[in-house]
Amino acid sequence: MSSQTGTPGINDFVIKIANVNGTGSASANGMLMKAIFRMGIPVSGKNFFPSNIQGLPTWYEIRLSRDGYVNRSGRVDIMLAMNAQTYAQDLAEVNAGGYLIYDSTWPRDRQLRRDDVKVMGMPFARMCNDTFDNVRTRILMKNVAYVGALAALLDLDLEVIRTLLSEMFAAKPKLVDANMQAIQLGFEYAKEHFDCPLNLRVEKMTRAGEQIMIDGNTAAALGCLYAGATVGCWYPITPSTSLMDAFKGFCERHRVDEESGRRKYCIVQAEDELAAIGMVIGAGWCGARAFTPTSGPGISLMSEFIGFAYFTEIPAVIFDVQRVGPSTGMPTRTQQGDIMTCAYASHGDTKHVLLFPASPEECFYMAVQAFDLAERLQTPVFVLSDLDIGMNDWMCPMLEWDDSYQPDRGKVLSADELEKMEAFYRFMDTDGDGICARSLPGVHPKGAYFVRGSGHNKFGRYTEDSEEYKEVLDRLTHKFRTAATLVPGPVIQLAGSTNLGLISVGSCDGAVQEAIDRLSDRGVLVNYLRVRAFPFGEEVHAFLDQHDHVFVVEQNRDAQLRSLLLLETSVPREKLTSILNYSGLPMDCRCIIDGVSQALETGAAA
Amino acid sequence: MSYISKPKVGKLALRKNELGLTTRDYEGGMSTLCAGCGHDSVTAALIQAYFEMSIEPHRIAKVSGIGCSSKTPAYFLGSAHGLNSVHGRMPSVVTGANAANRGLYFVGVSGDGDSLSIGMGQFAHALRRNLNMVYLIENNGVYGLTKGQFSASADVGSKAKKGEVNEQTPIDPALAALAMGGSFIARSFSGDKEQLVPLIKAGIAHNGFALIDVLSPCVTFNDHEASTKSYLHTRRHYHPAIHADFIPPAAQIRAAYDEGEAMPVQMHDGSGIVLRKIAPDYDPTSRSAAFSFLQERQQKGEIVTGLLYLNEKQRTMHDLAGSVDEPLAGLQYSELCPGADKLPGILRRYG
Repeated sequence: MSSQTGTPGINDFVIKIANVNGTGSASANGMLMKAIFRMGIPVSGKNFFPSNIQGLPTWYEIRLSRDGYVNRSGRVDIMLAMNAQTYAQDLAEVNAGGYLIYDSTWPRDRQLRRDDVKVMGMPFARMCNDTFDNVRTRILMKNVAYVGALAALLDLDLEVIRTLLSEMFAAKPKLVDANMQAIQLGFEYAKEHFDCPLNLRVEKMTRAGEQIMIDGNTAAALGCLYAGATVGCWYPITPSTSLMDAFKGFCERHRVDEESGRRKYCIVQAEDELAAIGMVIGAGWCGARAFTPTSGPGISLMSEFIGFAYFTEIPAVIFDVQRVGPSTGMPTRTQQGDIMTCAYASHGDTKHVLLFPASPEECFYMAVQAFDLAERLQTPVFVLSDLDIGMNDWMCPMLEWDDSYQPDRGKVLSADELEKMEAFYRFMDTDGDGICARSLPGVHPKGAYFVRGSGHNKFGRYTEDSEEYKEVLDRLTHKFRTAATLVPGPVIQLAGSTNLGLISVGSCDGAVQEAIDRLSDRGVLVNYLRVRAFPFGEEVHAFLDQHDHVFVVEQNRDAQLRSLLLLETSVPREKLTSILNYSGLPMDCRCIIDGVSQALETGAAA
Repeated sequence: MSYISKPKVGKLALRKNELGLTTRDYEGGMSTLCAGCGHDSVTAALIQAYFEMSIEPHRIAKVSGIGCSSKTPAYFLGSAHGLNSVHGRMPSVVTGANAANRGLYFVGVSGDGDSLSIGMGQFAHALRRNLNMVYLIENNGVYGLTKGQFSASADVGSKAKKGEVNEQTPIDPALAALAMGGSFIARSFSGDKEQLVPLIKAGIAHNGFALIDVLSPCVTFNDHEASTKSYLHTRRHYHPAIHADFIPPAAQIRAAYDEGEAMPVQMHDGSGIVLRKIAPDYDPTSRSAAFSFLQERQQKGEIVTGLLYLNEKQRTMHDLAGSVDEPLAGLQYSELCPGADKLPGILRRYG
C-alpha cells in the first residue's frame, strides 16, 4: 500500500467481499449495495471476477462515499473473507483499524492474524446447513446470510432488504421468506456475538435528485432503443455481451407490434465479428440504424470492413466495451487499450470518430449521439466504453428523454428530391462540408449507384486515376475536420489560476475528481479537461495551449491518449506527462495523486 | 478514366417487358473480363432473367465480394443499387441489408475462392439463415485475378496451366449446401443459357436462399486440356438431371408434362416452376436422395446439373426473427421510440 486517502467513518468506507465464483454471490452482493443505495448513501460497486464459470476467486468491492465519489479509493475497511483460498491475501489487504469477517464453520490458520485488524468469525455455512435442506440452496443462502450479518454490523434497514427481496422474487414469493430467513440467521448471530453497530456504519441520507443504479451496457442498449436502432448484429464477447442482451430485452417489451406480435427490430447473432460488422454495414447502406457491440478482439477482426465503411461512407455504430489485451488478455478486467486501434482502424489512410462515455449516463446519451453522428457524417462511429462502465452498476441521475428529439438521418435524398435532380453523383460535395448526399437502395431509379471499396471518383465511378483518387481522399480529410465541430465537446473543470492541466478520458473520471480534490486540499490546483470525443475540437487545442504542464491520465500501458494528442494536435511532447494504470482494475485516485505529487517533487512539472 | 460505359446504341424494335423496359435497361457497364470468360455469359443470363421477370431495376440490390466474379455486378443492371464489398464477406452485407429492407430483391455474385475459401463461413451461415436472395457462385476452379492458383473447388488430378497437379479434395458447393440445410440448390453451366435463365428466375421467385453453382470456365488460366473446369471438359461431362421451366404468376401451369416425369411446384410469389426429370430416378425434394445421386454420378465423372433440391417451405431469416412485413428501414421513428413518458417506468427496476 502506498499513500492512503481519507479516514473511514459513517457512510464513508469500503467493504470488500472475497468469494468463489459460481456460488450466487453476485446477487447477494448486488442486494447489499442496493440496500445501501436505497438508504440514500452514494455508493459504487466494482466486480472483479475471473474468466470462468465456477470455482475461481472473485471479489466485489463496495464503496460508500457520503461525498459522492464513485471511483475506488484504494482502501478496504471491512473484508468479508468467504474464500479460504485467498484468505491470507484478503487479510493483508485490510487497512489498519479495519475488520475482517470470515466463515468460522471451518477454522482459519492461527498464524494468519493481524493485531491491527479486528477479525470476526461467523459460522455462515453451518447455520445454513442446519436450516436449509437443498445443497444448492445452502450455498446460495450462505451469501444471503452474510448480508444479514452486515445489516446488523452496519445498521442497515431490514425493511429495505425485505422490499428488495420482494422485488427480486416478485414471481416466486416463497423465495422471499427463505431469503429473509437467511438474512435473519446472519443478523441474529452478529447481534448476539458482536457489538452492533460498528463505528463504520450506515446512516440514512437524503439524496439530492432522483438517482438510479444501472450498468453502462444496459444504459447504452436503452440509448439504442430510444435512438430508433432496428438492426443489431453481434458475436458474443465479454464484456459487451450484456449490451445486446439488454437491447433484446428492451425490444421484446417495447418494439413488438401489439396486434400482430411481430417485431420492429432484427437481432442477428453473427458467425463472427467480421460478419457482425458486415451486417451492420449492409443495414446502414439500406438506411437502418444498425449497431454492433464488441470488445478489442472483435475490433481487430472487424478492421478490414471498418476501412470499407470509412471509404464507402456508410454509417455504422460500434460499441467497444474495452477489456484487457493484448490477445485474449484478461477478458474480465478493465482497460482503455483500444484508443489507438479504433482511432485508425483498418489499412490505408483511415481515421474514425470516437466517443468516450465516462459513466452509464453518458453511455445512454452518447449511444443516441453516435447514431446521429454516424448518419450525419456517413461513417463508422465508435463508442469506447470499458468493462468497468459496461458491467458494473453505477449510481447515476435519472435518465431523461426529450420528445422533441428527431433522429438526424443526415443527407439522405428522398424520392422527390432524386426525381428533381438532373443526375445524382454519390461523392460530390455540394455543400462544402465534405459530406455528400447519399441515396438509399430501392427509393428511386435516379438514386442507384455502385458502392465499391476500390478507387472511385466523385461521380461514384471506378477509377485508378491519381488525381481523381486524391480528390476523394482529401474530401474525406475535410469531412473529418467537419466531424471535429459536430462531436461532443470536452468537459472542463477549472480549479483557478494554475499552469497545471490534466487531461483524461472515460472511466478515469471518478478517480480524477477525487484526486483533484485531495490535491487541492494540499494546495495543488489542477485544471481538468475530460475528452469526450475524437477528433479533438478547438477546446482541446486551447486547453493544451493554456497550460504549461499537462498530465494525461489513462488506463493502458502505452499512453494511447497521449499519443493521439501528440499526433493530432501541435502540443510539444515534453508538455505531456503520463499517469497510467494498466492493472486491469478500475483506477483508484491514489495512482493520480502519487503521479502528480512525484512529478512536482522531481521538478518534472512545476 | 478506367470506367467504361456501354454506348447506348439503340436496336430497332427491342422486345419490351411488362414495365415497358428493354434488355438494354438491365445491362450495365462494359465488361473488363477476358474475352470468352464464362462469367460474361452468366452476366447475360442475369440480364435476361431480371428483364423477363419485369422487376424494376432500382428495386434490386446486387452485392459481391472480391475476385473476377465479384467484378461482374458492374456489368449488369446498371440502374440497380450495387455494392462490391470485401473478399468473402458479401453474405454478411446482404444479411444486414436484407434485415434492414426485406422489400428489395437481393442477388449476390461470388466465386469459388470468394465462397469456398475465404468466405466459406459466411456462405455457410447465410445459407443456414435461409436469407432471401439469389446466390451465384461463378465456379472456375482457379484464382484469376492473382493469376492461376488452384481454388478449393479444383478437382483432384486437375492440372494448372503450368503443370502443377491438384491433389486436395475439392469442396463441392452443391453437396455442401445440401448438407448444411440449403433450401434451393442448383447447378448449371455458363454455356447453357437455356438452363441457366429459368434457374435464375426460379431462384428470384424462391422465398429463401437460392444457390446456383455455375460452372464458368476461366479462358485464361483454366481452359487447357488437363483442366476439369474447362469448356471442353464441362461440355463432355455435363448431365442435366432435371430441367426447371419457370411459369410467371399469371400463367397456368400447362398439363403438357407427363405425370411422373414433371413436377409442378408453386413458388412463394405466386409463380410456379415445372421440374422435368431427365434422370428418371431423381427426386429433387429429397435431401438425402439428392445427396446420394450427386455423389454417385460425381464418382462416374458426371457433372449433374439443374435444380437439384428445392424446399419452398423452409423458413427464412425474417420468418425466424418474427419481423414485421414492412422494411425496418422504412418504419417511422415514432413507431420505434417508446417516448419520454415510458422512460420512468422502464427505469423503475434500476431505482
